[in-house]
Parts: sequence; structure tokens; C-alpha cells
Amino acid sequence: MTTDQRSFLNSLWDFFCSLKLTMFLLITLAVTSIIGTIIPQGTPPQEYLQQISPAKFKLYQALGFFDMYHSWWFILLLYLLTVNLVACSIKRLPHIWKTITQPVTVLGSGLEKTLPNVVSFKAGGEPEALQAKVTAFLKAEFAEPVATEDDGARHLFAQKTPWCRLSVYFVHLSVIVIFIGTMIGSLFGYKGFVNIMEGESVAKAITRSEKEIDLGFSVLCEKFSVAFYDSGAPKEFKSILTVLENGKPVPGYEHVPVIVNEPLTYKGITFYQSSYGNAGEYRFLVTDLDGNNAVPVTVPATGSATLPDGSSMHVLETTPDIAPYSPGLSGPAANIEIHAPGGASERVVVYANHPELNVAHAKEHGKGPVIHFKGEEKRMYTGLQVAKDPGVWIVWLGCLLMVVGIFAAFFLSHRRIWVRIQHGTVTMGGNASKNQAAFQLFFDGLADKLKTECSGEKR
Amino acid sequence: MTSSLLFNVTTFTYLVSMLLFFAFLASRAKALGTAGIVTAYAGLLAQTGAILLRWKESYDMGYGHAPLSNLYESVVFFSWTIVLIFALLDLKYKYRVIGAFVMPFALLGMAWAQLGLHSGIEPLVPALQSNWLLYHVVTCFLGYAAFAVACGISIMYLIKAGSEERGDSTPAGGLMGMFPPIRVLDDLNYRAIMVGFPLLTLGIITGAAWANYAWGTYWSWDPKETWSLIVWFVYAAFLHARFTRGWVGKKAAWLSIIGFAATIFCYLGVNLFLSGLHSYGGGK
Repeated sequence: MTTDQRSFLNSLWDFFCSLKLTMFLLITLAVTSIIGTIIPQGTPPQEYLQQISPAKFKLYQALGFFDMYHSWWFILLLYLLTVNLVACSIKRLPHIWKTITQPVTVLGSGLEKTLPNVVSFKAGGEPEALQAKVTAFLKAEFAEPVATEDDGARHLFAQKTPWCRLSVYFVHLSVIVIFIGTMIGSLFGYKGFVNIMEGESVAKAITRSEKEIDLGFSVLCEKFSVAFYDSGAPKEFKSILTVLENGKPVPGYEHVPVIVNEPLTYKGITFYQSSYGNAGEYRFLVTDLDGNNAVPVTVPATGSATLPDGSSMHVLETTPDIAPYSPGLSGPAANIEIHAPGGASERVVVYANHPELNVAHAKEHGKGPVIHFKGEEKRMYTGLQVAKDPGVWIVWLGCLLMVVGIFAAFFLSHRRIWVRIQHGTVTMGGNASKNQAAFQLFFDGLADKLKTECSGEKR
Repeated sequence: MTSSLLFNVTTFTYLVSMLLFFAFLASRAKALGTAGIVTAYAGLLAQTGAILLRWKESYDMGYGHAPLSNLYESVVFFSWTIVLIFALLDLKYKYRVIGAFVMPFALLGMAWAQLGLHSGIEPLVPALQSNWLLYHVVTCFLGYAAFAVACGISIMYLIKAGSEERGDSTPAGGLMGMFPPIRVLDDLNYRAIMVGFPLLTLGIITGAAWANYAWGTYWSWDPKETWSLIVWFVYAAFLHARFTRGWVGKKAAWLSIIGFAATIFCYLGVNLFLSGLHSYGGGK
């Protein structure tokens, strides 16, 4: 390798290790993320074109603004951040590791000068006895010390929570673990939905990209119900589901109520209550103006039906009793929309108990047909989201690691105490990786106690 | 006694506390500072009682849920967390004068909630019927509150640093003599963010856990989620900047203020201007 190449690699390495890059990436990610919260994501192109000019549309599309968080440059920023934090960690880890595993146990004069907290005092007695005293003292008040003899002096070293120096690496690692979890989720998992009619079962889910996925079992919707508060606000959407294997109910997965915030999980696939609808049908009797040629017409709740005269109709809404809306009337009624073959459409309320009103309305318009409401068969279907994400536990593991790591990084401190016993003098020094002010108070208290201890008797 | 009466008492108490702190700042009479903090504690107590009472009232009405479900309740809770974090800071460091820069946030929240927001107790819609609501909202708002306190301290920092730069620091005199030294303000800013950042992280994680439990997706780049991540990035940048040593003092103070502005947008702006899953903000 030539020196040029080496210096290039070195500067590349330095570039990826730099905190300036971290700052740049964090702030760039923060600023660019705003774009995707302002521009709606993943809407059909026509809707964008109603809002913005075609030129702007093309530009935004080229920049990936309509699926911002999956655009190549946003992903690239996330990758760069990952490389950056791996590089930073690799660069700093050996030094930290050495601090933890090979602590300096001897209080030399060089180290003494760098320590922010040092006290010295004279103490009588044999060095052995003094050492035993200090050892017992440190063990009781701080942590068990390590003893070293060096150049005629006795050194004691004690420390607390040295591993908390690693916490920042755990935080960095947690980000990578979370990324791995999301990748596993996107590679081996899927998100989809199913609509199940009451009394029916399905064995396949449809993904967002309209792909069919075989569940490996089937799910039966026994019943769907909606409950409302007095104010009319929805209180609960509930599906009663049963899991079927080879057409037989699975014990423990029978008649399971699934509501919003309480999903059903079977074999790693989870079903979430998300929507519902009526897939039943409405019955009508259609006649001429004079009441002849009666034809029954059935209109599906989710579609429309063709009338004998070639027009089509669909149902907007129905009520089992019209009385609260039209005083003096009673019984079921339907609000329908009729589309004439010519394209004109009209909305009209038709009744079950008031055929004369149905006739009168038709007559007003001078022509048929006359439509009578005969009732409806309600049949609800439940809309369930289906999700499988084998990576989710890795994501939670990463989150746990991150929380523990952040707490340790902020609130734990690596505290070290050195004591040197030499020529009848005890010298104690100490430092902490964080919260120096609190450590100083602790150290001063400790020094006072040690002095009292070493002087042999209470003052 | 109803919760709404007690909330009115709280608002008034915070107003008095803020005025006492202002008077303390102007007069430098120690007694006023003590009166200010005592009043703030009294307000915190009244508000705690009011929140608990409202919680109970919702059970009496048959709806039974923690008072954290709509904009009114969240603004009230935010205000409570701000005073709580300030109280903890006061217990530990005893810099009374910070109250003059933090109590206005708490008062603003209460006044807005009391005067401008619909305060009725509503039943919970299906999406909010979960214990995760409590974990998620409590962690998020404690984090937001710590950032609010950090923002107040940063404003103090900028004022004090600005006046020192102009050279009009008459030692031990003037308004500035009341402020803690800028080194202390810088440190307190860092410490408040050190408390806020883990809480925000927990708030995002509990939100993700809830979303995963309720919808099967822990992250969907919904505007609220994205903004919480933006806030997280800003404070992560702040913390990393701290370690470079280049970004203490004024730059750190500005970053803290920008972070809080992003926090407020995440909390209110997203609900008022952008659409998404967190629809409680529209509930006027």
C-alpha cells in the first residue's frame, strides 16, 4: 500500500469516527424528516396533482418525497449514522476496555497530579497494621480494594461500577439491534388485512401490495357488534373469532372476543380489530304507477341493483323506525339513490308502512317505478389487520438495551479511590467519570473518616 | 369541591407564584423568593388534588379513565409535570430565581386550558381504551416538562451571558446578580435534558409498544411519531455536542431552545396543523 492510499484510508477512517459527522447526521435527519410530515406520504398521484403543479410533482417524485422515509438518500443517512456509531465505538472501545480491565492500581506521583481530589496525612503504627486498617475501611465504606507493593510503598485501589463506562456502547449497540429487528421484520414478516363475514371463515390475508398470503389456518368470525355511548360516540367494536385448523376449532382459540387494543395472536400471526361494515342486503318491491307488474328487487349493502326500467339504485341508509325523523310516520324506511339511464340521479326516502307515500312521490315525478321498502337482512363483516413480525422481539430487546444504557450512561459513575501508605504518610486520591461535584463531597467525607480511623482513637 | 374549581385555584396560585418570582427578581428580597416557591408548591398540591378528583369524577360518570385523554387534559397534565420537575430541581439545587422563567410556562398552560379549551369529561373512544395510554402519556409529558425547564434555564443563560458580554456586570449587583453563574446555568440545562432525554426515549418506546399491541406496527412514520423522533435527534445531537466540548454555553442554550420549540410542535403543532393518528388535539 502506498503512503497516499494509507493516508486516504486514514482520513476516511477519521471521517467516519468524527463527532462532527454524528452532529451533521443527527441534525440533517431531524431537518429532512420534517418534509415527510408536511407532504402526505403514499397518496395516489392524482391527489398530489390537485395540490401542486406537474413540475413540482416531478421534482418531488425524483427526490422521493412521497415515500420519504424509504427514499434512497434517507436510508443512506441512516446507514451513515450506523457506520458512524460503529466506527466511533471501535475507535474508543479499546481505551475504555483497558480502563476497566486493567486499572492502574498504583498511586504514582504522575497519577496523583492528575487527580482532582487528593488528601495526605501522617499516621502512626506499623505499615502492615495501617494497611489492614485502610483495607477494612475501604471495604466497609466503599469497595473491596486491591493491594500492590511498589517501590517500598503499599498501594490500595478500589473502584465502583467500572462497567458503566461501557453504557454508551450499549446505547450505540441498541440502535444497531433495533435496526436488525426492523430488517428481520421487513424480510420475514408482513402486514395485511382480511374482511370476514359473520359466520364465514378465511384462510388468506391480503397484503398492502395486494399479494395473497396463506395463513396456514383459518379464522372464523362468529359475530361482530358495535356499541355506542349515549352521546353517539363509538364505545366498542367487537369481533368474536375462532381459529380453525383443518376445519376444526383449536382449543383455547374458540369464541375469542377481539376488540380495539385487544388483538388475537395465533402462531405468530396477530389479528387486530380495525374496521367493519354491513354486507347484508335490502329488499324492495318495485311496481308500475298503477301497482301492476310487481318485481322484487334485492340490493346488496355494498353495491347497487338494476330496476326493471333500466335505472339503477343503491341504498344510502336505512332505519328500523322512521318516527323520530318524521313525526306521524312509523315503521322501517330507506334512503335510496336512483340513477336514471340518462345519468340524472335523485335521492328519495321510501317506506315500508306507507305505500301511499311511495306512490305519491312517484306520481309527483309523473312516471314510475314505484319503490316499496320491504326490509333488510343485516349481515356484518369485520375488518381485521393481520400482522406477522418475527423481528419485533429483537426490536424490544434493543429498546430495553437502549433504556438501560441511557440510564447507566447518565446516572451511574465510575468512581475510583487510590490509597498509598509510605513513610508513615497516608495519601488518598480519587476521581469519578461523572458528577464531579457529588463525588467531591463524598470524597471529603471519606477522607475525614479515614483520618479519624487511622489516628487510632476517637477525638 | 369540584375538580374544575380546584383547577381555577391552581391557575390563580400559579399566577401569584409567577408574580412573586418576578417581584423577587426585581427586589432581590429573599422572602419573596421563598413566598414564590411556597406558592408554587401549594399550586402543585392543588393541581394534584384536582387531577385526582377529575379522575374520580370520570368514574362517577361511568366512563372511568385517567384524565389524559383530550387536549384540555393533556395541557393541564403538561402544566403539572412542568411544576413537578421544577420542584424537584428546587429541592436539589435551590436556585429559586429559575421559577421566574419556568412558572410562566406552567401558568400559560393552565390559562390556555381553562380559558380556551373544552373541559368536559368525555368517554374514551375505542382506540384510547388501554393502560398503555397512562404509561405513554406520563413518560412523554415528564420528558416534555424537563425540556421546558431546560428551555427556561437556557433563556436565563442567554440573558446573563449577553449582559456579561456587554460588560455591564456590576458584581453582586443588579438583576443579573440574582441569576446563578452562567457555568451553573449551563450545567443545569444539561442536567434537565439528562432527565428529559431518557423519559422521551421511554415515551417513544411505550408509544411504539402500544402501537404494536393495538395495530401490529410499532413504527409507521405517522407525523407525530416522526416529530417525536425529530425531537429525539435534536437532543441526541445536544448530548453528543456536549461531549465535543465545543458546544457548551450559548450554542448549547440555543440547541436546548430549538429542541423545546420542536417539542412544542411535536405536542401541539402536529395535532393542529398536520393529520395523523394522534387526533386528540383536534378535540376542541
